[in-house]
Amino acid sequence: MSRLYEGLLEALRLIISFDPDLLTIVLLSLRVSITAILLATLIGVPIGTLLGLKEEKKTGFFNKIIFTFMGMPPVVAGLIIFLILSRQGPLGVLGLLYTPSAMIIAQVFLASPIVIGLTMVGIRAKGGEIEETARSLGAGSALAAWTVVKESRYAILGAVITGFSRVVAEVGAVMIVGGNIEGHTRVMTTAIVLETRKGNFELAIGLGIILLMISFIVNSVLYTIQKGGKKN
Amino acid sequence: MKAVRKIYDEEVLYINELILTKGCIYGVIGPSGAGKSTLLRIINMLTDQSSGEILYNGEPAPKNGLGKLTLQRNMALVFQKTLLFKDTVWNNIAYGLKARGFNKKEIEIRVNSLLDQIGMTELASRRAETLSGGEAQRVAIARAVAFEPEILLLDEPTANLDPGNIELIEEMIIKMARDKAITVIMVTHNVFQAKRIADQVIFINQGKIVEMGPTEKIFSKPDNESTRLFVEGKMVY
Ligand SMILES: Nc1ncnc2c1ncn2[C@@H]1O[C@H](COP(=O)(O)OP(=O)(O)O)[C@@H](O)[C@H]1O
Ligand SMILES: [Mg+2]
Repeated sequence: MSRLYEGLLEALRLIISFDPDLLTIVLLSLRVSITAILLATLIGVPIGTLLGLKEEKKTGFFNKIIFTFMGMPPVVAGLIIFLILSRQGPLGVLGLLYTPSAMIIAQVFLASPIVIGLTMVGIRAKGGEIEETARSLGAGSALAAWTVVKESRYAILGAVITGFSRVVAEVGAVMIVGGNIEGHTRVMTTAIVLETRKGNFELAIGLGIILLMISFIVNSVLYTIQKGGKKN
Repeated sequence: MKAVRKIYDEEVLYINELILTKGCIYGVIGPSGAGKSTLLRIINMLTDQSSGEILYNGEPAPKNGLGKLTLQRNMALVFQKTLLFKDTVWNNIAYGLKARGFNKKEIEIRVNSLLDQIGMTELASRRAETLSGGEAQRVAIARAVAFEPEILLLDEPTANLDPGNIELIEEMIIKMARDKAITVIMVTHNVFQAKRIADQVIFINQGKIVEMGPTEKIFSKPDNESTRLFVEGKMVY
């Protein structure tokens, strides 16, 4: 009990004093996951919108694939990206393994299906109606699609935030492709695993608290957005 | 419009021939499920007909590309279930003008004048989500007429509205049609509404035009027995 208590106190001290080790880890975590979710948004929103505007019957096969990928275990995603990026793999020449770029790729791979799937579901609810309204007012295809995206912004933002909270908290994929190298590819989740094993509970608890805070903030935003979306 | 058919799971619309005249107000009446909405959607080219041909000013309608868009831009459709964009009233009305690349000044003039016409100048910056049913419908119609389409298609524009709003919207429709020589095709479940504002009435039943003629004639001495029953409110269906 006292170990937890002392660990907690020390963890708070580390956080309040902006401990450089802790800061490096948190910033890398955020950089990797934010970059990943931005890329996943660029990929996922257009695809999800397109699929959402098609009749459900016609996208049945895609639906199954996307929903499977949405629930993919991070370690499996890590393994796949590892095999692709490893020296013998198809993209081995790029030498990306054990770099933050590899971690970003793995997280894009994890987050894109979530963004695609949730965008698709959100658009399917009313997208057809919105598209027709836009067209009936003289919108061409591009403007009509943009209007659908704009009108479905709550659902899309929800999709993006859900994707972010999934990748920022995942450990399996970044561990495999990043390698948890100190100061280079060590992020919050992999650091917690390592520090706990080493018995360095202060840093582990400190990172755990920050991760929880991020999760709290992200979910509060999500909750507010969904409330706003329902109202309309 | 010639020999136009629409088949979903079964044939829901078959129109042998329908000729519409510019600047006329048409009232389309008929029981629900008759194919009235389908007819509007086909005219607006939101759905393709299964067979047959639609001619606009004597020219066959292009099925796609810029030609189709240009033609669509001459029309506006107000849906049975209207959807306003989650945006301000002002931006809703401006939508079609922006889509057509009108300049800022022109957009401002038109939107403001329409806001005045629908008595909603004070509500210009209100979010459309917060409007009452009657206000929302006025905005939907203002949004559709802002770009002065040649053909205005209205699908039960006053369903579920109170008498005050119905009167206001009917006045608006008549004024638009007369001032700008817009052809109006208005579907209505309310035969009295058709009687009040239409020049010509089209009675559709089970996907077919049963009778079409001057409003007065349809209401006083229709050729068809089922038309008579329908306009007298005696049709059983
Ligand atoms: N997208 C669709 N798919 C299948 N059937 C449809 C579709 N839209 C309309 N229908 C059918 O077509 C018929 C005519 O519908 P509609 O034109 O909406 O009638 P109305 O507007 O006169 O009430 C109805 O039987 C309806 O069920
Ligand atoms: Mg209808």
